[in-house]
Amino acid sequence: MSFISVFDVLGPIMIGPSSSHTAGTAQIAFLAQKMIGGAVKEVEFTLYGSFARTYRGHGTDRALLGGIMGFSTDDTRICDSYRIADERGIAYSFKIDEEDTDIYPNTVDIAMTGAGGRKMTVRGESLGGGKVRIVRINQVEVDFTGEYSAVIVIHRDRPGVAAHITKCLSDSNVNIAFMRLFREAKGHTAYTIVESDDRLPADIAGKIQENACVSDVMIVQR
Amino acid sequence: MDFKNAAELLNLCREHHMLISDVMKERECSLGETDMDTVCGRMGHVLEVMRQSAYSAVETSGRSMGGLIGGEAKKLSDYRAQGKSLCGNVLGKAISYAMGVLEVNASMGLIVAAPTAGSSGIVPGLLLALQEEYDIPDGQVSDALFNAGAIGYLAMRNATVAGAVGGCQVEVGVASAMAASAAVELMGGTPEQSLDAAGTVLMNMLGLVCDPVGGLVEYPCQNRNASGAANALIAAEIALSGVKQLIPFDEMIAAMYTVGKRMPAELRETALGGCAATPSGCSRCAVKR
Repeated sequence: MSFISVFDVLGPIMIGPSSSHTAGTAQIAFLAQKMIGGAVKEVEFTLYGSFARTYRGHGTDRALLGGIMGFSTDDTRICDSYRIADERGIAYSFKIDEEDTDIYPNTVDIAMTGAGGRKMTVRGESLGGGKVRIVRINQVEVDFTGEYSAVIVIHRDRPGVAAHITKCLSDSNVNIAFMRLFREAKGHTAYTIVESDDRLPADIAGKIQENACVSDVMIVQR
Repeated sequence: MDFKNAAELLNLCREHHMLISDVMKERECSLGETDMDTVCGRMGHVLEVMRQSAYSAVETSGRSMGGLIGGEAKKLSDYRAQGKSLCGNVLGKAISYAMGVLEVNASMGLIVAAPTAGSSGIVPGLLLALQEEYDIPDGQVSDALFNAGAIGYLAMRNATVAGAVGGCQVEVGVASAMAASAAVELMGGTPEQSLDAAGTVLMNMLGLVCDPVGGLVEYPCQNRNASGAANALIAAEIALSGVKQLIPFDEMIAAMYTVGKRMPAELRETALGGCAATPSGCSRCAVKR
């Protein structure tokens, strides 16, 4: 069992009204913008289940928009996020999907375009109490929480890539807490997610990128 | 220093002659790999955010996001100021602060989930009311929050604090148990009395359903926060007077969890039963869609 801190009980410190619908969604969008690595130019949020039905009364839309601009769950600018997004010239839209009923009730898809034209879609689930997990990046099912610092490596499914990643990490003296591999299909695109208790060194992405099979490296510091 | 249940917590208190808050601080330092200054500093910040949220609604009232609540804390405060309070100062203040925090929460203000956003008014409501009435320094109130945290941790570890899993009894009920235990320590009671008070609250709120109108964290949540503060105060007084409880806290946690799991889904945060399914409640949820 993971450690339950007194600040998990008396916390999170958050903009209301709901830890799952407001704090959790701000956190999912916050992680998404960290993954794309910087300013988001265009974003479309698709809301499922309970999010789709009650998002306005819970400020879920403002929380998502705030999170995508890098506001944390206790940032009072969340209330004002529509105005701030307009000022920053961000193109945003919200879509409701009440057809898909197989999906976890508190789920959101975030389709983003970064300032450099990079596109990425992230699916997040809000688990209650402000806890979240990212369950899909583009078309690949993944699983990580953002509670640890994470390296997300997109690469071709070839022998030796995982060994290369762990060597880079061990050379930089990074202790691995969790490591998981996900792939679309044998020999196709694969995702390796490594989580660590510590902050990750700034140059780690560049080192991992040196392998020819690696197409992209994302760093999400905790 | 760690404990899995209230029995182990009490043993640690007895063995080391410590208060519940002391044990919880030590636990946070050792398992959280941090030091006492950091932990106490963080709790000081928690108390500050709680205070701002409790006081701001009394001073300025706004409409909630869902439009179901707003202005209640100010009404209660004005009524008390006229010398009309039936509850007296401690409880009168506690309920107006508790309801005020829910107003702030429902209008996208900054709050501390304690243990959840929907039950965030109870712990600050009662502790701040006691602080004012008995002139208690911040340091002691902050310590009492560690005591409250110990009770909430036991509920999270051995049951749940999600209304969707166990109904309102695990949100408002647990928040109220946290407040009762903290109030006992704040007023000089023993660890045994704290846990008895916490157990008494769970007994008195056992079976409370989660039935938010329109699925929003507003109504009846706000009223329930006031009732949680009252239940905490009652239980603290019973314990401090020397009345002992037949059923220990650990057994009440288990009973609460069992009752919660047996609740039909309609009564667990789905907005399909209880207050949410009344004709008047339903007419409001239709507007929300």
